[in-house]
Amino acid sequence: MATLTAPSRPVATAQDVRPVRRRLGPGEPIRFGGLVGIVALLAAWVVGSATGLLDPRTLTEPWTVLETAGMLVENGRLQESLVTSGVRAALGLGLGVAVGTVLALVSGLSRIGESFIDGPIQVKRSIPTLALIPLLILWLGIGEPMKIITIALAVFVPVYIHTHNGLRTIEGRYAELAETLGVTRGEFIRHVVLPGAMPGFLLGMRFAVTSSLLALVVVEVINATSGIGHMITLASNYGQTDIIVVGLVVYALLGVTADAAVRLIERKALSWRRTLAS
Amino acid sequence: MASHPGQLTPAVRVRSLHRSFNETGGVLNGLDLDIAPGEFVALLGRSGSGKSTLLRALAGLDRGVAGTGVIDVPEKVSVVFQDSRLLPWKRLLDNVVFGLRSRDAAERGSQALAEVGLGGREKAWPHELSGGEQQRASLARSLVRDPQLLLADEPFGALDALTRIRMHTLLRKLCEVHRPAVLLVTHDVDEAIVLADRVIVLDGGVVRHDARIDLGTRRSQADPAFALLRSRLLAELGVEDDHDAVPGRHADLPVERAAS
Repeated sequence: MATLTAPSRPVATAQDVRPVRRRLGPGEPIRFGGLVGIVALLAAWVVGSATGLLDPRTLTEPWTVLETAGMLVENGRLQESLVTSGVRAALGLGLGVAVGTVLALVSGLSRIGESFIDGPIQVKRSIPTLALIPLLILWLGIGEPMKIITIALAVFVPVYIHTHNGLRTIEGRYAELAETLGVTRGEFIRHVVLPGAMPGFLLGMRFAVTSSLLALVVVEVINATSGIGHMITLASNYGQTDIIVVGLVVYALLGVTADAAVRLIERKALSWRRTLAS
Repeated sequence: MASHPGQLTPAVRVRSLHRSFNETGGVLNGLDLDIAPGEFVALLGRSGSGKSTLLRALAGLDRGVAGTGVIDVPEKVSVVFQDSRLLPWKRLLDNVVFGLRSRDAAERGSQALAEVGLGGREKAWPHELSGGEQQRASLARSLVRDPQLLLADEPFGALDALTRIRMHTLLRKLCEVHRPAVLLVTHDVDEAIVLADRVIVLDGGVVRHDARIDLGTRRSQADPAFALLRSRLLAELGVEDDHDAVPGRHADLPVERAAS
């Protein structure tokens, strides 16, 4: 092969003529773009309250909300309610995730399990969990068990559906590979099936977190003597919109924190995926 | 490169093998085949001639397919698939030693990786590798098991022409060191001639043509014997060899030396 000398190419030093941005497409990402809308809404609230456009009976002024929050923290009511609600949601979520995962494994790994489990869950899926509350109240009363089980019932369905789907869609070619490598059934489940179903499981988890908060709000508003929902219900009776807003903010924080936690787990557990690496 | 069949107990013995997927007709119709230990056999055939069916039968991957016949294969059989089939959630070394039970598995896995030119990449994720590197890792996964029979189903079919040439060299080198019996399914006549001790053409589910290749270890497409063999094999495959009439058709495959 002949040795090639590098062709002397004109180097564009004076002006770079490449297009600066992609002609089609939304353009460069904006820094902290996700916060812009939130800040705008808060600003509108402040301006509306300050100018009197927003009646305090409709929505309390932001500074009053802050004051109320400070007061609720000072007398301990907010922390107490937050712990009660948090424990409730966590117990329901934990129970639901455990049950959903176990059922998905039994149903995903054996045909007999699938024929027993999958049908009823598909039926359960079409009944909104909240519609079961009257029955659950009759069975379990209005105490904590009813609340936790309602949350768990709302949670286990998405976990089951997505984990089961993840298990079932593990490609047959990996099973084939495992067969040629002489792998035992236990090893196959541990090293191929479970990691392969992980993305599905984590997707289910994200839905589950949302469902658990939704169920939490409903059970707390309907029948509770403690928790954030109870605080909101009481405030509603007395027309205290400041306390209602504080409660809503706390719910939002709960939701955002839980979602961030799941996403963190996702990033750790799925580090092998290119989509997250890039 | 290998001893002649018949002198030793064959590594693979297949007798009157029948396989069919439906009632209309068999894919394999009474196929007989012997492969000697350490012999490199390339299996050619048109689409639907039963190449992959035979390979899957030897690999024991055709459960549920109707058929009869005798198959004797060694205890240690390893398969190289067309896709590398690395588990995306396992790092390279864990992929290579997956299912290996010996105590020094990690060490042997590293050795195998070094042998295929991937030394030091133990901790890489499969998606960080190029297609050729992934296929080399899958070769390492097979070799670390010390197979007596290596079954390869178009292992280089998805690679680009240049990478394929490098893989040919590597595979020949590895086979000379480890000396497994090899059955390589391929569409590529040149690949078969470059790599194999013996080429078999399958047609209608039986062996239609079975020829040893005596071109020595350095095989060049410029060799007239190579060209003659190619046109004969193409004729067996029912293809008119108009290669010489159409200049530049094989421009993607420059003159190649199978390294020793």
